[in-house]
Amino acid sequence: MSEDNFMVALGDAFRGLSFVRLKRAVRLGVRSLWLHRLRSLLTMLGIVFGVCSVIAMLAIGEGASYEAQESIKTLGSQNIILRSVKPPEEQKPSDKGNQSFVLQYGITYADVKRIRATIPGVTVVLPGRNIREYVWNISRRMDCELFGTVPWYPEMRNHRVAAGRFFTDNDMDEQRSVCVLGAEIAPALFPIDSPLGRHVRVGGNYYQVIGIMEPRTVVAAKDAGAEANKSSLPRLYIPLETAKLRYGEVLMRRRQGSFEAERVQLHEVTIKVETLENVLSVAEAIKEVLERNHKKKDYMIDIPLEMLRQAERTKQIFNIVLGSIAAISLLVGGIGIMNIMLASVTERTREIGIRRALGARRRDIIVQFLVETVILSGAGGALGVLLGVIIPFVVSYAAGMKTIITFWSPVLAFGISALVGIVFGIYPAIRAAQMDPVEALRHE
Amino acid sequence: MPAPIVHFENVRKTYQMGPVTVQALRGVTFEIHAGDYISIMGPSGCGKSTLLNLLGCLDRPTSGHYRLGGEDVSQMNDDALSAVRGARLGFVFQSYNLIQQLTVVENIEIPLYYQDRPEAQSRAMACRMAARVGLEQRLDHKPFELSGGQQQRVAIARALVNEPLVILADEPTGNLDSASGTEVMKLFDELHNQGKTLILVTHDPGVGQRAHRTLRLRDGEIESDVRR
Repeated sequence: MSEDNFMVALGDAFRGLSFVRLKRAVRLGVRSLWLHRLRSLLTMLGIVFGVCSVIAMLAIGEGASYEAQESIKTLGSQNIILRSVKPPEEQKPSDKGNQSFVLQYGITYADVKRIRATIPGVTVVLPGRNIREYVWNISRRMDCELFGTVPWYPEMRNHRVAAGRFFTDNDMDEQRSVCVLGAEIAPALFPIDSPLGRHVRVGGNYYQVIGIMEPRTVVAAKDAGAEANKSSLPRLYIPLETAKLRYGEVLMRRRQGSFEAERVQLHEVTIKVETLENVLSVAEAIKEVLERNHKKKDYMIDIPLEMLRQAERTKQIFNIVLGSIAAISLLVGGIGIMNIMLASVTERTREIGIRRALGARRRDIIVQFLVETVILSGAGGALGVLLGVIIPFVVSYAAGMKTIITFWSPVLAFGISALVGIVFGIYPAIRAAQMDPVEALRHE
Repeated sequence: MPAPIVHFENVRKTYQMGPVTVQALRGVTFEIHAGDYISIMGPSGCGKSTLLNLLGCLDRPTSGHYRLGGEDVSQMNDDALSAVRGARLGFVFQSYNLIQQLTVVENIEIPLYYQDRPEAQSRAMACRMAARVGLEQRLDHKPFELSGGQQQRVAIARALVNEPLVILADEPTGNLDSASGTEVMKLFDELHNQGKTLILVTHDPGVGQRAHRTLRLRDGEIESDVRR
């Protein structure tokens, strides 16, 4: 070999890692991993489970929080919902000299008027009355909640009519006996034919069915707290004026041997705020107005926007917890890989010596072992991504839970697993490269 | 006379074994010319292995100079030494030192692998070398499927494939029965006849006698340098 050729060879050796070498190193790595298939597979498992559990858990969490957020959103993020609550210290009507045993509490028409008059930024107010009654169709009966409200209810609460129509101002003004059925009522009372145009009986009165609402998820039952029981009842919507006419303001309730009456003007008032930014300040103002006019805390204020924000915060915390679990499991997987690679380096000391004697630089040895580790963790990551994408589908199919796989979660999980390969591969690779070739060749 | 291929000039090697300083080579000077067939002999502990490691650029001398092909390699860094080993030296070991999971032809290719030769070219050269040592039928066999003699022939083919300046053989017949040993030695004779430069380290006098020149080492110094 001429002098020039040798210099070229030297120059080549000094040049950085070439693509050809990398390609060969990958092929070599795959081969030597394939030689120890079981060991490689077991080593990979740590990463596989780490990655797949991250993706699956994130997907399930994302799905759950999406459902919660959706149901909060149906309340309307610009809305503030006031509910009447029976004050706890007056659960029983006091019998000490009170002229009437009618318990009076809750939000009044005067409250609504006051809120409308004094607080700017309030656009629409939606009052509602709840009356618990049996609804009949001939001999079929259902325990329902009569909900007296106004014609703009569907629009304000994002609750659309599925069939027929909602009642109009006209129905309201004339106090007509019309009703719109909640989605659950229609099939229960009218199992065969369409209820539209038919009549249902509530107490002594007949109401014509003019529409059916779309089904909706139970409105964030957990967040709505005390109202959970009530809102889980199917609702029958009637005009507010009709409700006033039929029921007045005093509700009678008979229990075993006792008789109870309560006077509640409005059970529920939904207030729509003009702009999203003002929701919280308006809520604050409403709180003040109500506090000034109610001696007891016989009302509740739900702010869907705040619930939404809370749900988002919860989700963030959930993600942080998941992230730490993922980090720990990937760390464990990485340590497993490092352990095996260290063993592999020791086992292959002789090979390292041979390669060094035949012209491999330290760098070549580093690349050889690092590539193996990265292949291991990369393949583990890929397998984990695959499993992590399949599991949510299985879960949503088997358990009926909603799952959402966001684009970034597999990307992130895979990226981290590859990074783990590099981080935990570097030490064994350097150990291999630092071996003295003479010692390595002598190694048995 | 042309410049020597190997030039050792007062080369010393000392090892620090804990508190004890071991002088493995105490100033060795010799030259090897192209086409030489040399055996290095001596009792164990005389510094043979140390000399071989230095000749093979696996180690650096403590002092003195080693010029290989006119270039001083005694103070080169690790990467440069690796390049020198890959491009200018061929190794044959006592225990063959083939990589078990690779096939015959892949083992022969290793030195070329680290020189970034195109794959097709490497493969062709490896096949040619395998044919030269009479193993063209065994290209895709694994080392454990071959006899000791065959394995050593693979190792020789591997030592030849990068067309080295010098072939270093460390007890090449030490693990072989006499028949295969003779076969391997015949191969070395052939290589010598083709003009290769061979350095054999051995303590088998029968093997040592085949070389045309014998360096005898004792206690880290050259005891005798006999040409035949």
